[in-house]
Amino acid sequence: MTGTGTRRGLSFYLLAAFFGLFVLFLYGPIVTITILSFQGPEGGLTFPMNGVSLHWFRNLFEQQAVGDFGGSFRRSLALGLTVMVLTVLFSLLAGFAFRRRFLGSGALFYLAVASLIVPSILVSLGIGLLFNILGIEPTWYSSALGAHLTWTLPFGLLIVFAIFNRFNPAYEEAARDLGATPWQTVRHVVLPILLPSLIGVGLFGFTLSYDEFARTLMTAGSFNTLPLEIYGMTTNVTTPVLYALGTLTTLFSFTVIGLFLAGVMILRRRRLRRTGAAA
Amino acid sequence: MTASAVPSEASSASAAPRSGGVRRSVLRRVTPYLQAGPLALTLLVFLLIPILTIVAVSFWDYDSIRIYPDFVLTNYEELLTSPVTWKTYLNTVKFAALTWVITLLIGFTVAYFLAFHVQSTTWQMVLFLVCTIPFWTSNIIRMISWIPFLGRNGLLNSGLISAGLIDQPLEFLLFSDFAVVLAFVHLYALFMVVPIFNSMMRIDRALVEAARDGGASAAQVVWNVILPLAKPGIAIGSIFVITLVMGDFITVRLMSGGQSASIGLMIANEISLLQYPAAAANAVVLLAVVLIMVVAMLRIVDIRKEL
Repeated sequence: MTGTGTRRGLSFYLLAAFFGLFVLFLYGPIVTITILSFQGPEGGLTFPMNGVSLHWFRNLFEQQAVGDFGGSFRRSLALGLTVMVLTVLFSLLAGFAFRRRFLGSGALFYLAVASLIVPSILVSLGIGLLFNILGIEPTWYSSALGAHLTWTLPFGLLIVFAIFNRFNPAYEEAARDLGATPWQTVRHVVLPILLPSLIGVGLFGFTLSYDEFARTLMTAGSFNTLPLEIYGMTTNVTTPVLYALGTLTTLFSFTVIGLFLAGVMILRRRRLRRTGAAA
Repeated sequence: MTASAVPSEASSASAAPRSGGVRRSVLRRVTPYLQAGPLALTLLVFLLIPILTIVAVSFWDYDSIRIYPDFVLTNYEELLTSPVTWKTYLNTVKFAALTWVITLLIGFTVAYFLAFHVQSTTWQMVLFLVCTIPFWTSNIIRMISWIPFLGRNGLLNSGLISAGLIDQPLEFLLFSDFAVVLAFVHLYALFMVVPIFNSMMRIDRALVEAARDGGASAAQVVWNVILPLAKPGIAIGSIFVITLVMGDFITVRLMSGGQSASIGLMIANEISLLQYPAAAANAVVLLAVVLIMVVAMLRIVDIRKEL
């Protein structure tokens, strides 16, 4: 940042204004539907507010015509958590593998990158067709799980690459020199250092899966996940109950992120305290 | 990536003689395969084989009841000779191009502001997080959140009317191509900001300093120093935005109100009509188009040093 300190001229303020507008653009609509979800019973999809109430939130839980909101939420949650665990595990393991050269490492890397580039609807269609031909019933915990992993694993792998790029192998060498077995080195040296980043990978995997729609379309089978449920609502629900659902799911996402970030913070503080005590 | 693998390989090789025993060395050799196994297996079963299935089914025959294993070219013939297909492809490319240009301008400007104009690293991270938070909510929720803004009686129309700028509500705001592109920009601008920001943070600040000492103006520094060095990030962001838009169907369906089409939407419609071979042929063509676009971008910019 050297040199930039002296010139906080016109360009800085113009860029700052642009950034402000961008943030407004990102948040404006979401804030609007949050406000509108507290619309009174007579209120519609747009302003003005017709009173303030929790009517649409109650409506969300009462009205069974809307669909299986609770069940789809539970399924999405379970699916997201499974995807999270598998993403962390698989991409960390693969990250270790990629630190050495092995036969087919190039091909596997390109397959992972391809997984990011292939349009979601193709993954959905392909898995749906495969299960169809094999005569296996698609379910959210088999085909949809696999479909979600094709989206979360490449992201996880790329993040793990970035982590290992910054990782100093001197720690491992020191552990080895002190007589640690490879497993002990991983367990007591590598994993604790990587833990905060791995939580990031998990958080990423969870939210990607929790919100994934296109890859679930043909792979979820007869039971909907939450995004499918929401999509169904957008086509036939024209009341603020839609916004109430939006507000709730957004709130839930933020709670999950908050919990994860708090976890990282606690870990960091604990480590600081420990190293502080050691010194 | 390969560059980073070399030193750790060397260090593990130097440690090898110490751990004697044949079993140990066999274990050492198979370890990477065991470690990469779950990832490889998942991608094989849920990506590679499904795509091969799509390719196979694209040659199958079908009627209104079921699909039949066969080798016919009619699916491709019907697809490629239909003017609807070409119009739809053109429309999708138009969406992709517009979204790409707008997200690139926004992404570059925002990343440039964060990387070069925000002084403290703490503020940099805070503002960066502020940009990423909306990304954590559902795409569909973010789409429907535009309804109260853009509708006939939406905030924008009533604002413009009360300001006296217009006396009729603007009809093109919602359920139009405008709404589709707006939603795309809203959804995917972040995919541009993050990689470009990442690239810019790696630029050696001494280069900027040297350019300025050499008498370059701020615009010249951006154009001749920062832009070339941020290219890998731009390429990664572009690949994300373009592939996401090319395959999208839900944004187009929701935001155009069914008045506009895209290839993804065409495939989704064929799926819902159970015309799987037709959808598969369409998917194969879409995949080929997307791959050509990506390869073209990779030929212009080498992104491997970014990994």
